[in-house]
Amino acid sequence: MDFSETLQSALEALTLNKLRTTLATLGVVIGIGAVIALVSLGQSGQKAVEAQIKSLGSNLLTVIPGALRPGDIRSAAGTSTTLKLADAKAILADKSISGIKNVSAEILRRSQVVAGRNNTNTQVLGVLSSYQEVRNLQMQSGRFITETDINSLAKVAVLGPQAASDLFGDVNPVGQTIRINKLSFRIVGVTVAKGASGFQNQDDIIFIPLTTAQKQLFGVDFIGTISIQLEKQELSDQVRNQVGFLLLARHRISDPQNADFTIFSQADVLGAAAQVTGIFTTLLSGIAAISLLVGGIGIMNIMFVTVTERTREIGLRKALGAKKKWIIIQFLTESALLTIVGGILGILLGTVLSFVVSKIINLPFTVSMISIILAVGVSGGIGIIFGWYPAQKAANLSPIEALRYE
Amino acid sequence: MIHTSHLSKIYKNDAVETIALSDASFEIKKGEFVAIMGPSGSGKSTLMHIIGALDTPTSGTYALDGEEVGKLSEDELADIRNRKIGFVFQSYNLLPRTTALKNIMLPMVYAGLPKEERIKRASDLLEMVGLSDRRSHTSSQLSGGQQQRVAIARSLANNPSIILADEPTGNLATVQGEEIMAIFQNLNKKGHTIIMITHEPYIAQYAKRIIYLKDGKLVKDESNHRQKKVRF
Ligand SMILES: Nc1ncnc2c1ncn2[C@@H]1O[C@H](COP(=O)(O)OP(=O)(O)O)[C@@H](O)[C@H]1O
Ligand SMILES: [Mg+2]
Repeated sequence: MDFSETLQSALEALTLNKLRTTLATLGVVIGIGAVIALVSLGQSGQKAVEAQIKSLGSNLLTVIPGALRPGDIRSAAGTSTTLKLADAKAILADKSISGIKNVSAEILRRSQVVAGRNNTNTQVLGVLSSYQEVRNLQMQSGRFITETDINSLAKVAVLGPQAASDLFGDVNPVGQTIRINKLSFRIVGVTVAKGASGFQNQDDIIFIPLTTAQKQLFGVDFIGTISIQLEKQELSDQVRNQVGFLLLARHRISDPQNADFTIFSQADVLGAAAQVTGIFTTLLSGIAAISLLVGGIGIMNIMFVTVTERTREIGLRKALGAKKKWIIIQFLTESALLTIVGGILGILLGTVLSFVVSKIINLPFTVSMISIILAVGVSGGIGIIFGWYPAQKAANLSPIEALRYE
Repeated sequence: MIHTSHLSKIYKNDAVETIALSDASFEIKKGEFVAIMGPSGSGKSTLMHIIGALDTPTSGTYALDGEEVGKLSEDELADIRNRKIGFVFQSYNLLPRTTALKNIMLPMVYAGLPKEERIKRASDLLEMVGLSDRRSHTSSQLSGGQQQRVAIARSLANNPSIILADEPTGNLATVQGEEIMAIFQNLNKKGHTIIMITHEPYIAQYAKRIIYLKDGKLVKDESNHRQKKVRF
């Protein structure tokens, strides 16, 4: 028997018992498909989160009020009132700190916003004019908040594209009026979509002058964040230290351990997010491993269920003069063929699944190479081993023992 | 060509020992037509399996064409089963879901015959057993007698010198039994050695020699001077 004939007879044997072949192939397909889809989606999610964080603007340091030290309760950070506009101004004004390109200060609240008959609950962000540069915002129409707006406590607003379409539909909002907590604001501009995708919508937002937000809308004197734009990312650690000591001095705190603010860089956020998405991916991989196991057990079962019939077949073949070598080759070819076909279908299924799901939940589409190798390796291995093992055992019996097997 | 001395086969299952064959010594020459008779459980199939190199005796020796079978390797035994011996099982043992033609071709595959030759030879054999019109029928689409005839055709695949048949007529009606005997006598005339198990005396009458087994022992071995002949 040469190779093509071995292959042909393996194909014949597989078509002879269609149910067994279908079930075993299904085990391979599901095992491989599930692993590829799950791991690929996990990686897509990770990439999406990273892209989103990068889109916040590069070379950025963020100062938030409250402590964020390991072991502390996280909610302490961001809720205190210790950060003031004067802090932001002092950072920008301090000539001894080099490497700072611009500084912006913000305060964020959710508010009820009304435009004509439309009504929405959205994020209102009080900003300085520098925010546009710091966050690299582009205008779709009109202008951004200016220095003059800040100084005159002007009641003007700039809409994010999502907020604009929610409130005004297709009408150009520039020149129109909206009411935020019963105060009227004139719309002066609409920003371009910040793109990216994701979990939190950065386009559903309304910008107003920080001073207006503090004094007229929210009635507070503190700010929520200070954003520091660096000239170079390499300066991050140095500037972080200098800003830290400046703020400690301004807040009259001598021990850095007691700082009432937290400074973090984009790298910190990326790191934290990577940790979270890493857990996410690990979880998905765990589920994937289980599907691989279930698929594998499915393959094993179907191989073992047919062992009786196949042992008799092997006994008969041996009785008719088949050498052990031929029996093993035949069964290996059969299970290899089954695994290859199942593997290809599984890769297709996994790819299509991760494509469809990533389109539905708006993630970048990727296919994880490692998952393909892993899934094909494991499912293929199981398929081949459990196709081969019973055959090997049966081939070691005498023909009569094998023929009598039950 | 077949020479056995003191063949014994003992099956051990749990603590129970079954002596299936005990101290059987005999010789069978080329061109003989032997019937092995005996009640059920007397060790006929056991003996046949040993002669067919399908199983090994617990003790004693068996030589085929001067070669001691017990000393041969697995692959050499496979070759003997493939080329020298054609086995017709009591329960046919055809491959399920496989056509008559392919069943007959199977021993030829292991003998390394080219495909065209396999198809030609298998078709000839099907014609010989009168089943040319059933070549594409699978085992389950054939009657018992037809399956038995396919099994006989398969046993002749590599033109073996010895044909071993375990109750070839056991599941068949008398007429069908006679058809099978006609095939065997014809083969015997062409020079094949035929050894056939049967428990029916009228079937044994078609053989030239009859060996009797009882409780695993060879109790009688005699020539059949009144061999019944089938008319062709
Ligand atoms: N695999 C086996 N294990 C245990 N006992 C067996 C086995 N095969 C046959 N026997 C026993 O050996 C004896 C002879 O069996 P067998 O050769 O099949 O008889 P026959 O073919 O003459 O009816 C019987 O008693 C049977 O029960
Ligand atoms: Mg028997």
